[in-house]
Amino acid sequence: MKPAHSGPTPSGRPVTGDPSAARPVLDSADLGRALTRIAHEIVERNHGASDVVLLGIPTRGVSLAHRLGERIAGIESATTAAPVGSLDVTMYRDDLRLRGVRPLEATEIPPGGVDGKVVVLVDDVLFSGRTVRAALDALSEFGRPRAVQLAVLVDRGHRELPIRADYVGKNIPTALTETVHVLLAETDGRDGVLLGPADLQRTSSEEAAR
Amino acid sequence: MTTHTLSTLPRHLLSAADLNRDNALLVLDTAEELARLADRPIKKLPTLRGRTVVNLFFEDSTRTRTSFEVAAKRLSADVINFSAKGSSVSKGESLKDTALTLEAMGADAVVCRHSASGAPHRLANWIRGSVVNAGDGTHEHPTQALLDAFTMRNRLGRVEGLNVAIVGDVLHSRVARSNVLLLSTLGAEVTVIAPPTLLPVGVEEWPCDVSYDLDAVLPKSDVVMMLRVQRERMYGGYFPTTREYSRRYGLDARRMATLPDDAIVMHPGPMNRGVEIAAEVADSVRSTIVEQVANGVSVRMAVLYLLLGGALLETAEQAA
Repeated sequence: MKPAHSGPTPSGRPVTGDPSAARPVLDSADLGRALTRIAHEIVERNHGASDVVLLGIPTRGVSLAHRLGERIAGIESATTAAPVGSLDVTMYRDDLRLRGVRPLEATEIPPGGVDGKVVVLVDDVLFSGRTVRAALDALSEFGRPRAVQLAVLVDRGHRELPIRADYVGKNIPTALTETVHVLLAETDGRDGVLLGPADLQRTSSEEAAR
Repeated sequence: MTTHTLSTLPRHLLSAADLNRDNALLVLDTAEELARLADRPIKKLPTLRGRTVVNLFFEDSTRTRTSFEVAAKRLSADVINFSAKGSSVSKGESLKDTALTLEAMGADAVVCRHSASGAPHRLANWIRGSVVNAGDGTHEHPTQALLDAFTMRNRLGRVEGLNVAIVGDVLHSRVARSNVLLLSTLGAEVTVIAPPTLLPVGVEEWPCDVSYDLDAVLPKSDVVMMLRVQRERMYGGYFPTTREYSRRYGLDARRMATLPDDAIVMHPGPMNRGVEIAAEVADSVRSTIVEQVANGVSVRMAVLYLLLGGALLETAEQAA
């Protein structure tokens, strides 16, 4: 679940809402440092990266997974670089029937598969935890990882399921009505995280979806 | 979500004309993602769990019915196959009573094939669920057109700007009509080629060119779609002999050699080998006939997902 920016935006679609009213909480350099730290934590926790597979959740999770993959390759030797893929969770969501139908995003499982690997799911914002639940269901269709870990750039609280992240870029306490915009150069032209005030129109549709 | 209303499907899929360019591309893009399910060890998605899809077939069909059944099952829907043979229809039950019975059983979607043109349109007025036209008489077969467009895009990388020749029994072909409508929506240049007796009245109104001369059209065609000669719908003499038809409008190796290098040959099946298409053409590398069957499952999954996967609210609203 990531209504934090604008729901699951298909790639390339600009973030909705009024960015001028939003307050920056991470700038481009902060975001880079957070990713570097997460990359180190992943390598440290798993004693290297030889068994690690990074799976990003579209759209921005995939960009983040690729960036983490590059950083891990920089820490470890290039031969043990962690493969990077993407995992579309649309067909596994629990709110499909409450919202309109959504276009599907790409799922790319790296050639080595996920059996016996440590899969690190990567997403931009952790909110209710429902996206991650859907991702766990989707992942089980591709095999049986030895372990599944979760890396997120922002944890904004308000969990609705017993799910927590193993690696967090930044904890941002928020009100339910506030909006978190993650901007990445790949999709939005620049890097940063913005905390916006309540977006009444969007918030009401999100509440309806809960 | 308001952001996606732009490209949501109408509630029913009755005609290829129900789809605008955005809708049609949404179906093709969705089918492309779903096609990859075939490579997975577990070919199943939970998306339509608890939904019921009824295959209501008043006309014989193995390929289309099976394709819809596989598509619905891969999305975890419950599938009920209802064929006219051995049902109350053979006891004289009307289409309306059959529809109301299915409605009472809670069908979320009805996939309908009927020998009467327009039957699915009637059905759509009587039931609350979505109706998908799986072929009505000599009228339309929209999912066939979608899978043909999908196959073209897979093989040739695009649909827009392609020169497509549709050859043969256009008069009796729902495949031809749906393809002409959909392909012109997607920006292809379509030419239908047939003897004058096998062209429908009003074909000049269709968004396509018309020709009687196959040999003149082939050298500039990227796609040749051969239609089956539908003997079961022919009650008179539409052409003198099968041999003469085959000589003028059949695709044999000699004619295939006049096609551009990367052109493909399509056939919606079932084929009459040796009549509209020679066996060596049907089995050549240009032929997409087997791919079309596999693509049919992906495209029908996409249609069922886009019709049934979304909001119940919207359905209730439209039914009210």
